[in-house]
Amino acid sequence: MDLNYSAEELAFREEVREFLREELPTDLSDAVREGRSIGKEGHERWHSILNARGWLAPNWPRAYGGCAWNAVQRHIFEEECCRAHAPRIVPFGLTMLGPVLQKFGSDAQRDYFLPRILSGEHWWCQGYSEPGAGSDLASLRTRAVRDGDHYVVNGQKTWTTLGQYANWIFCLVRTDPDAKQQEGISFLLIDMDTPGIEVRPIILLDGTHEVNEVWFTDVRVPVENLVGEENQGWTYAKYLLTHERTNIAGVGFSQAGLDAVKRLARQQMHRGRPLAENPHFAARLAQVEIDLMAMATTNLRIISAAAAGQAPGVESSMLKVKGTEIRQEINDLARRAAGAYAMPFASEALEGDNSNLAQPEGTAAVSAQYFNNRKLSIFGGSNEIQKNIIAKVKLGGRT
Amino acid sequence: MNFQLSEERQMMQDSLRRFLADRYSAAQRDESVSNAIGFAPQIWAQLADLGILGALLPEDVGGYGGKGFDLSTMFEELGRAGVVEPVLDTAVLCGTLLASDPQGKGAALIEDLIAGNVQLAFAHGEVNSRYERLWVATRASAYGDDIVLIGRKSVVVNAAGADHLIVSARESGDIDDREGLSLFLVDTKAEGLQMRSSALLAGGCAAEIDFDNLRIPSSARIGPAGGASEMTEAALAAAEVALAAETLGAMETATQLTMDYLGTRQQFGRPIGSFQALQHRVADMLIELEQARSAVINAAGHLEEQPAMRDRHIAAARNLIARAGRKIAEEAIQLHGGIAMTAEYELAHFAKRIILAEHRFGDADTQLERFIDLSAA
Repeated sequence: MDLNYSAEELAFREEVREFLREELPTDLSDAVREGRSIGKEGHERWHSILNARGWLAPNWPRAYGGCAWNAVQRHIFEEECCRAHAPRIVPFGLTMLGPVLQKFGSDAQRDYFLPRILSGEHWWCQGYSEPGAGSDLASLRTRAVRDGDHYVVNGQKTWTTLGQYANWIFCLVRTDPDAKQQEGISFLLIDMDTPGIEVRPIILLDGTHEVNEVWFTDVRVPVENLVGEENQGWTYAKYLLTHERTNIAGVGFSQAGLDAVKRLARQQMHRGRPLAENPHFAARLAQVEIDLMAMATTNLRIISAAAAGQAPGVESSMLKVKGTEIRQEINDLARRAAGAYAMPFASEALEGDNSNLAQPEGTAAVSAQYFNNRKLSIFGGSNEIQKNIIAKVKLGGRT
Repeated sequence: MNFQLSEERQMMQDSLRRFLADRYSAAQRDESVSNAIGFAPQIWAQLADLGILGALLPEDVGGYGGKGFDLSTMFEELGRAGVVEPVLDTAVLCGTLLASDPQGKGAALIEDLIAGNVQLAFAHGEVNSRYERLWVATRASAYGDDIVLIGRKSVVVNAAGADHLIVSARESGDIDDREGLSLFLVDTKAEGLQMRSSALLAGGCAAEIDFDNLRIPSSARIGPAGGASEMTEAALAAAEVALAAETLGAMETATQLTMDYLGTRQQFGRPIGSFQALQHRVADMLIELEQARSAVINAAGHLEEQPAMRDRHIAAARNLIARAGRKIAEEAIQLHGGIAMTAEYELAHFAKRIILAEHRFGDADTQLERFIDLSAA
């Protein structure tokens, strides 16, 4: 048992820090720290900086232009990026689709798509959920019917994150309506410029536009855009979800969030003293920090096992539940710290204009973030679904 | 012991509920919210016609002499329907302050207030006051027959639509002294007043207001010079009962929407409400809702008591509702899933109302501290 990083790991951390010090644009880190949107341009700029360094695809093999970092290195990288308020890497092409194409795609698909994910020429989005298929994803109904050299796709996807920026979408579609639910699903790659596709914005409760509905009406997709075999899409979908769940604990986000709450609590005054000195607030803060310290170690235990070649099982479900609970609790503390300043809706602050802001620094986005991050326990497999998985695996055979 | 509403209150509840069911749709709320002043003038006029604005004011100033239970009954309905119109600010908070000085200059405004012709805002909180009730740095200094105001007020709800502000300012004493606090009626168009308004996340507006040597006649003072602490606390007490009841109403709607959704949303071939894991969570919401209802009854029933007892019950109710409200709002969103995250679905408004209510007049911790202090006294 040794809680310290090795000399090589520490050297790697230093290398990441130096890179972030030199290369991370301050306008982007300021925006991330203040909870503002960086827009399509901001994401693309950060991606191209990472790509120039060869660090855009930490989880890809070197052969495809990735870093081939192990789980510990990836963790160190993510932790340092969060600490420096770097934008998150947009995951749809890099974290989700990339590994699926590498494992199940054709040579032609790999050669064509993987370099374009790295270069940013293709911005991918995810076509999984449907209005009637949320937690019960396998009940999806978007149909793809073979017609000569094409599939003809009809249906509707929803919760498509940043679909407004995307030019490609990977979709789960039903190709065999008569088979058992999981067995009639295929995995299709669809060019968003194809006629018959319509993207409609969904405005969230904090006023932001980050998700969309995507409608398909007689959309013709070349058969060569099928990944793997027809009707085997569920297998690929599940493989993708295991990658969606990397960094699921969000330790770095929580640490950055906790630091922000502490800063705010030192600024906000209560009876003439900093709020940080108020025993009730201090107790709330300490409670979350204690939980986070333990979860960070759970996360490292699992990462360390993964680096040694063990595939994580129910542990990723456990991390998802606990990690999102902690992040949401930190968002709750942030709104508490802001006091009455949690009430105004400073939409201009979220869009990047702080010039006319009437409220104290660090308070403008706290409520919007509190409400926005209620999504954490809903998406990526809701926390209820994660608990089903844990119970099924651990109780299985006993009941 | 009788927990039934009196016949009169029952009638008021019925007529208000009917009116809001007919006229206050989600589309109406959206229209009210999107207005630059944060409410719809035509709804305001109709609330005045219903007698809502004068319901709580004493009969000697033209009101109907409503008590704590009238206040809670009314606001529970307003909260249930998600009304964003500033009844709490204009009628309860400012109306109570004006009525507590029937000889004062402000009393002339009450008739207009009851008729729906005037909007008011209480400019009391400050950058560093957090939720302290008498923490006022804004200064009021005498210059001959005039008063000069210097200072800044924060998150003044309903300021953008208000014709007049009631401004708290210190004529003497230290920042949190009971003595030395005065209230002044100030025209929002007065010279020396600068206002930056923004929308609130849960509807309505609030402003940061700077008073830069704003000059008013001393006759603008409401209540005794330097002796406004008690009337301020009494008005805040009424406002807190109103807010607690309003939040209770919003919690009822959030719970109702959740139960309806669990009955209709199908996943895995059956309504999700058939899953026991979710059923138990709805049961917890319903248990918390009844706790909240009783807490509001306790607070409303003590509004006319002496201040220490009144405020102890109010602190208890608002602490409980902060906790129960958070649980119900968060669980309502979680049990719905993604749909509850959209601005378009009605639950979003109610969840925001419930959560952000905690940020007016004192959050759970502040109420807990008040309760402890008042229990020791």
